[in-house]
Amino acid sequence: MHRLTRLIAAVTLLLLSTGPAGAAPPDPTDWDAVLRAARGQTVYWNAWAGEPRINEYVAWAAGQVASRHGVSVVHVKLSETADAVARVLAEKAAGKVAGGSVDLIWINGENFAAMKRSGLLFGPWAEALPNFALTDPANNPAVREDFTVPVEGYEAPWGKAQLVLMSDSAYVAEPPRNLSALLDWARANPGRFAYPRPPDFLGSTFLKQATLGLAVDTAPLYRPVDEAGFEAVTAPLWAWLDALHPLLWRGGRAFPPDGPALRRLVGDSELAIAPAFSATEVAAAVLAGELPAGVRTHGLDGGTIGNVNFLAIPFNATAKAGAMVLANFLLSPEAQARKHDPAVWGGETVLAVDRLAAPARALFDGLDLGPAGLHPAAQGAVLPEPHPSWTERLETAWAARYTAR
Amino acid sequence: MTGHRLRLDRLTIALGGVTLAAIDATVGPGEVLTVMGPSGSGKSTLLAFLAGFLDPAFSAGGRVLLDGEDVTGRPAEARRIGLLFQDPLLFPHLSVGGNLLFGMPRHRAPRNCAPRECDRRDRMRAALREVGLEGYADRDPATLSGGQKARVALQRLLLSEPRAVLLDEPFSRLDAALRGEVRDLVFARLRDAGLPAVLVTHDAADRPADGGEVVHLCPPAPHLP
Amino acid sequence: MLRLAPYLTAGLVAGPIAVGLLGVTLPAFGLLPGLGGDMATLAPWFRLLDQPGLGRSVAVALFAGLGSTLIAVLLVFLFLAAADGTRLLGWMRRLVAPLLAVPHAAAAVGVAFLIAPSGLLARLASPWATGWQRPPDLLIVHDGWGLAMIAGLVAKEVPFLLLMCLAVLPSLDPTRRLAIARSLGQPPFTAWLKAVAPGLYPLVRLPVFAVLAFACSTADVALILGPTNPPPLAVAVLRWFADPDLSMRLVASAGALLQLLVSLAAMAAWWAGERVVAGLGRGWLTGGAPGVAGRAVSWLGLAGLPAVAMSLTVAILGLAVSSLAGPWRFPDALPDGLTLAVWARSLPAIAGGLATTLLLAALAAVLATVAVLAVLEQAARRGRAADRAAGRALHGLLYLPLLLPQVPFVFGLVVGAETVGLAPGHGLVLVGHVVFVLPYVLLVLAEPYRRFDPRWIMLGATLGASPARTFWTVRLPILLGPCLAALAVGLAVSVGQYLPTLLLGAGRVETVTTAAVALASGGDRRVVGAWALAQAAVPAAGFALALLLPRLAWRRRRGLGAAR
Repeated sequence: MHRLTRLIAAVTLLLLSTGPAGAAPPDPTDWDAVLRAARGQTVYWNAWAGEPRINEYVAWAAGQVASRHGVSVVHVKLSETADAVARVLAEKAAGKVAGGSVDLIWINGENFAAMKRSGLLFGPWAEALPNFALTDPANNPAVREDFTVPVEGYEAPWGKAQLVLMSDSAYVAEPPRNLSALLDWARANPGRFAYPRPPDFLGSTFLKQATLGLAVDTAPLYRPVDEAGFEAVTAPLWAWLDALHPLLWRGGRAFPPDGPALRRLVGDSELAIAPAFSATEVAAAVLAGELPAGVRTHGLDGGTIGNVNFLAIPFNATAKAGAMVLANFLLSPEAQARKHDPAVWGGETVLAVDRLAAPARALFDGLDLGPAGLHPAAQGAVLPEPHPSWTERLETAWAARYTAR
Repeated sequence: MTGHRLRLDRLTIALGGVTLAAIDATVGPGEVLTVMGPSGSGKSTLLAFLAGFLDPAFSAGGRVLLDGEDVTGRPAEARRIGLLFQDPLLFPHLSVGGNLLFGMPRHRAPRNCAPRECDRRDRMRAALREVGLEGYADRDPATLSGGQKARVALQRLLLSEPRAVLLDEPFSRLDAALRGEVRDLVFARLRDAGLPAVLVTHDAADRPADGGEVVHLCPPAPHLP
Repeated sequence: MLRLAPYLTAGLVAGPIAVGLLGVTLPAFGLLPGLGGDMATLAPWFRLLDQPGLGRSVAVALFAGLGSTLIAVLLVFLFLAAADGTRLLGWMRRLVAPLLAVPHAAAAVGVAFLIAPSGLLARLASPWATGWQRPPDLLIVHDGWGLAMIAGLVAKEVPFLLLMCLAVLPSLDPTRRLAIARSLGQPPFTAWLKAVAPGLYPLVRLPVFAVLAFACSTADVALILGPTNPPPLAVAVLRWFADPDLSMRLVASAGALLQLLVSLAAMAAWWAGERVVAGLGRGWLTGGAPGVAGRAVSWLGLAGLPAVAMSLTVAILGLAVSSLAGPWRFPDALPDGLTLAVWARSLPAIAGGLATTLLLAALAAVLATVAVLAVLEQAARRGRAADRAAGRALHGLLYLPLLLPQVPFVFGLVVGAETVGLAPGHGLVLVGHVVFVLPYVLLVLAEPYRRFDPRWIMLGATLGASPARTFWTVRLPILLGPCLAALAVGLAVSVGQYLPTLLLGAGRVETVTTAAVALASGGDRRVVGAWALAQAAVPAAGFALALLLPRLAWRRRRGLGAAR
């Protein structure tokens, strides 16, 4: 028995030996020093991986950064961004303040708000990136605000999305241009429209879109939610949803889990209209044969919610310099143009394209967006995201109201 | 002719305080002690004790002496007491020759035959020849007839050079025609080798033709208060 | 060293289980330092009870778990009763073995594609029979009570239970039992149910409970086929864990413990059901009336299991076709052209994960098999009653991971590992895999070990071989078939691990399975089809080798070839 105890003790000691001690974090304003520190580092980039096109793009970017800057990048493939948040949280709970396992997270909205609030982020660093200026931050407040939460340099912008509706022209002659027209269309075509179940990202965005589009006064939505105001602001939303739900796919008794599921249902002709996150992504899916050739995208009168997605570095990341070098490369016109191309990914650029230098702009002008792509003019105005407290509150209220018991 | 002597010195086997079997006997070279009794009389337990496999649930007293040496406390593989079961139990994953080589000790390698293997293989082939199975070394045991299997099992036992042999109803699964033939062969070979044997059976017909000592075991009486 | 084996193995399993349970229990009562939780409180439980639809989530988990297990057990037993002695039995055995290699998530995606209103069956019948030009709006997949989920679970559980039954059936000598019952005037179907089934059930009871525990707590099958609003409890727990509001983790921990209670409740309910059936059955068994199990039931038994097995086969074929499909619009029964594009794009990524998958699976399977062999061999060599009782307790412990729901346990393990400073990575993932692989390996090996004729060992010893030599030269060769089967099962179980790989590896240990599930969340059926087939290929190759190797090794040994 003694031998056993000693063996266990030895094994435990062996396993407990700590990882490499964290070096002092690099100063983001000294970019050359960052580049030097980054060389030879390995960046564990935690990014949602539900889309092969995105994974291929990530692999391409990893190859570029390796050959240009000597930084190797490992794509940690997530099915939920919150998994990475949880990992950082667990590390903080365990007192691991350096040598963390996550170096860069693709993130925005509630996940960012939660991490920033809990002190789980490194920064500020983002505005020091050489390519940050290409987003024209002075005239593009969206890159400095994430769901109304000030970014303050704790994450670097990477991509953009603006809610659109996709519709299959085989079944929809005249796409509805506002929410009451959508309800009328659903009355005439029951079971052919759906949105994902909140708190799925797209489902919640659709919910917020409907709230914004139906509220008499939208100003309270840009302040932290208060209970008295909530009732008044959301009353038209619930009335509209109560009318819509029996007309949804499966009578509203089942909800597709997420955006990709909606795409599959449109592809299978189960749905004729569905929300989507960006016109270019729909265009990419049409090009890939995932969606029927007749699928088109359009915005809504009065505009739709748009948001920017970001890259953040956890407070205990091991390869902070490498992560910054990667984030800067991802903001370069070359990387952004490739991402925007529907033949590659179809993820909208976050750069201010019309303010780029001519050779860089040419990279974007040459892209073929295909028939499902949407000209910015047709997309309509970008409505900013409501305050993040609304997201949580709307989701809770939705669940309380529409969850079967 | 040299031989071995097996002494069962005041053996008792008990389960939960009830004595199942008590025996005191000496078996000389080539002799056969037959232990008879109906099922449940403790025959198999006695055999297990002699071979070194007694279930710890039982308690045993007395000593087992082989050529005057006390082997009671030794593990089965160090006793050099061989065992023949009801079934020939040829290892199914080995060839006939492999079965014979399994228990053959490696100690006697004469100088004139340099590779030890060669000597062991010669002895294995010779053993097959003795029982009329010349050229069967590479055969799959599953392809042999019942009588052939019984003969291979016997030769395997003898090649392992035991000092005594235990027989657990070794002929009961053979059909009537073969039974007498195999029985006579087994006892003849044991006698030639000078091995003392303990035969356990419920059938008097299993005994060697020339008799030998017989011990009858009775099932234990119900334990009365 | 061998004497230490039971302790080491027990520690290998008990350590992670204890850490896992602690890591989920403390947060459930508000203790999670990272979130400032340092006082025990019942608040997470009250918040849990406030979650809308919680009652329904629990009810669905219980209903789907008990329902699918009951149907699967009935299908297997009625089939064995009806098909005994027919050639159908052999065909089914061969059809069903490769189905075992199909991972649960892949099978669920396949079943969803088969039965959805826009799925394969609807396409095959449209528009000529149904008149559907567009898929009808029918609530088939994701239905509120989880009927589709039950169908998916049954399809995956039936192959497992059938093979477990066939593995132990010979030890019952069914032919003799049947002969006796029939000579007493019972028709064959009834005779099997009366004379063989009561002996068979106790031998497969553990696998049945494992199936039940899995069905109550599965997350991947429920995600793909189960109700969505509210989802079954396991999915709800996963969602709470993934909620951006980090304090929901406390609620999720409480939910995970509730999941444990739900699984235990389901097992208790099953146990009570066993008692009732045993009571009723005794009257039927001794009632003597022949032919009570009517002809209709017998036909149902004969058709039910093959229908399920065929459906799953068609579903997998559907996935295979969709991985090669160009545009495939409803109601076309076949895709509009075939293309290798999806495979060409997926293969490099698949190949990348394949090496890790194989290495992990091989190590986990070998480690688990060695540990189980050591435990069984040590138990076989000592025969004292006290040892036997300890052995039973040890077996109970080793089977525990089979019966515990994975979600709470793995999350707890992650928190626990972080707390004691164990770095996530390949080592930790391997430990996690071994913990889950071990009980299945034990399940496969325990019965052959128990049935192993002790006279072989006695024979070896009386021929002068030491216990070690007897083990290597007698026991292992004779048990080569079961050992390889155990390795293959271990391989398959390891390949199928999703949550432990993802969480214990901090997402850095990428296997075919983690990639496949991440891609399944993307929903492109063509890609999912390719990955699911790749994921199934590894265990399928393992099973094929396990069948083939003994045949090659023993091709000249009829005594072993025929026995397998």
